[in-house]
Amino acid sequence: MSDTTDTGPVLAADGTPLKRSLSRALRRQKMRALMLIAPLLLFVLLTFIVPIGQMLFRSVENDIVSRTLPNTVIALQDWDADSGQIPDEAIFTALAIDMQAAAEAKIHTRVGSRLNYEKPGISSLFRKAGRKAKKWDLENDGPYQEKFIKIAKGWGDPEVWRTIQTYSSKYTAGYFLNAADLQNGTEGPEWRPENEQIYITLFKRTLFMSMMITVSCIILAYPVAWILANLPSRSANLLMILVLLPFWTSLLVRTSAWKVMLQQQGVINDTLVWLGLVADDARLVMINNQFGTIVAMTHILLPFMILPMYSVMQTIQPTYLRAAKSLGATNWTAFWRVYFPQSIPGIGAGSILVFILAIGYYITPELVGGTKGVFISNRIAFHISSSLNWGLAAALGSILLVVVLILYWAYDKIVGIDNVKLG
Amino acid sequence: MNLTKTLMATTALGFAAGAVAAEDMANEMTIVSWGGAYSASQLNAYHKPYSENTGVTIINDESSAEAVAKIRAMNEAGNVTWDVVDVVASDAMRLCDEGLAEELDHDAVLAAAPDGTSASDDFGDLLVSDCFVPQIVYSTTFGYRTDMVGDTAPTTVCDIFDTTKYPGKRSLQKRPIDNVEWALYCDGVAKDELYDVLSTPEGVDRALAKLDTIKNDVVWWTAGAETPQLLADGEVVMGSTYNGRLFSAIAEQNQPIGMLWDMQSFDLDGWIIPAGLSPERKARALDYLKFATDTQRLADQAKYISYGPARKSSAPLVGKHETLGIDMAPHMPTDPANASNVHIYDYEWWADNRDDLDAKFQAWLAK
Repeated sequence: MSDTTDTGPVLAADGTPLKRSLSRALRRQKMRALMLIAPLLLFVLLTFIVPIGQMLFRSVENDIVSRTLPNTVIALQDWDADSGQIPDEAIFTALAIDMQAAAEAKIHTRVGSRLNYEKPGISSLFRKAGRKAKKWDLENDGPYQEKFIKIAKGWGDPEVWRTIQTYSSKYTAGYFLNAADLQNGTEGPEWRPENEQIYITLFKRTLFMSMMITVSCIILAYPVAWILANLPSRSANLLMILVLLPFWTSLLVRTSAWKVMLQQQGVINDTLVWLGLVADDARLVMINNQFGTIVAMTHILLPFMILPMYSVMQTIQPTYLRAAKSLGATNWTAFWRVYFPQSIPGIGAGSILVFILAIGYYITPELVGGTKGVFISNRIAFHISSSLNWGLAAALGSILLVVVLILYWAYDKIVGIDNVKLG
Repeated sequence: MNLTKTLMATTALGFAAGAVAAEDMANEMTIVSWGGAYSASQLNAYHKPYSENTGVTIINDESSAEAVAKIRAMNEAGNVTWDVVDVVASDAMRLCDEGLAEELDHDAVLAAAPDGTSASDDFGDLLVSDCFVPQIVYSTTFGYRTDMVGDTAPTTVCDIFDTTKYPGKRSLQKRPIDNVEWALYCDGVAKDELYDVLSTPEGVDRALAKLDTIKNDVVWWTAGAETPQLLADGEVVMGSTYNGRLFSAIAEQNQPIGMLWDMQSFDLDGWIIPAGLSPERKARALDYLKFATDTQRLADQAKYISYGPARKSSAPLVGKHETLGIDMAPHMPTDPANASNVHIYDYEWWADNRDDLDAKFQAWLAK
């Protein structure tokens, strides 16, 4: 050893120090690896991360007001909303200029729809005013205060102007406040009226029901996975097909099948009545409520629990159980102390899969959930496709994403993410 | 936004190779509609004759249910692939408000009636938006199980709220529109005051309180096919849905279902042209619209489905069902016998208040 240290740094065959040569080779290797995954990385970046980022950004973006009504926004800066007075002629003139430009570009109603989310009625104010403003001769047609109020009384309502002023900044917390059942009051955020509060309830319900679904999946999947793992491979394969079969059936078909099973004139109720267990006029209500959603979704997500459990259980040597028993353990002790701990990684992987899939489901809850069994994702879908309030949808989506990340972090702290195996 | 454009450009490049092969692309147009029996009626009444006359190939896309969101996304990406889109009137207004649909000069682009009446007079009040060309009048109304209502069939919409006379479940659409109006009407509000009352917070509470009396007896639906199915299964005694769905359950499938036309809620369905089409495509879309919404074509559609044509001049031309051979006129929501007491919903009011009412309605549902 001492001989080599005396001769200075170790050299590679070409005379460069070995350390540098090695690190160069390593770097080249890393570059090559990076080049190999580059297509995938680019693909994921462009088709996944960028669009999602853009969508989430909408939850705070609000430049439509200042872009469409630039003069009005500046003129409104000095107006005191608490005075209870409507703005003066100068502000109305600014609005007339903006309105005409916007109406010619056909974007005046767009800002109207945006502000209508905050105060109902503004949408038609902009629609009506825009129609007239196109024909105005801006120099000579004043005064505009009168004109606007003549078009629609709403323009004389200070609350309308307060809304424009409040939402004139480029970024807004408004969507996030709305997503948490809050609103911008005169003194900062305040609760919405009780008959409009819904999102917090839905978030809680989504989490609660997703957990219920995950737990019922664990309970049902564990014995199935155990049988699959312990049968000879020929019969295991046959059973495996039964597990996978639902995967090849359309989601809508499976959900509708549950309707046929669970409804009051359905198969289960008919059978119970026929057996005399339930009176004909007291048929069980098993659908259009939380129960229906949990049953249907447990069935649909079950394979996602069985498969990881199965592949983990397959790797557990049966000799361990035999060894435990030969050392005097009862069946239960052998299972609980030896087998079960080894199967936990499968439960962990399955639970994460099922929980995350459940939290974003909306088709099944929409069809079988009635009023008490719908998820927050149903509202997100509604705001994306029906009400077009994409800002609110993005805010709800962001909150859901953060909640999932927090749960993931908690899971890592409690169970440990290293303890998750897919096989 | 720039990044999106670059993305679109690269994708477009990728597809360019394929596009070259499809040289007669110029002779294709994509028409979006609702699917099912409704699309079939359009195929027979409009698309087939139009293709035969002009040689244009029509591609049918069945995405009307999410058309508003998709048109917005296409518009933002600067790549509108649809030429003509079938939407309900309230969606047409929404698209028009957002600048996502072309504004049309109805008299200039649509055919006049055979007797020379201008298009705008022929359609009359149904031209609810500058972007919208009405096609049919449909209604949301009630059907009931004839064998489950005893000897007295329901005659008024308020029987929906009478659970002692008609025990059992009823199905209603999971949205505030129509339901709150029916609730107030049955709570004693005069028909012409419905929206005045609904404009006050107390009015909304009153409507929801009325709905509260049957809340436990309601199955809420989101797809038009649900109520006919629920009625056929005997899950509900009565329920609301589109009149065409009930017609097909009664006339085509012989289910024991009766129609309750009282206070049926009229609504319109029709065409829009998405904004941002190239001049050639827009010209072709307009040419199609002119053909597909003329008097004879609208009357033809009624041979296949029981929705009333939107032109006054088409009404006398409505004939018999193409395969069943029954007279279609008595099954139209616009037939005088059916339309003695109708509810006409206020598009402007709902455009303003839809989001607010929806929030309250959903909060009420979740309670």
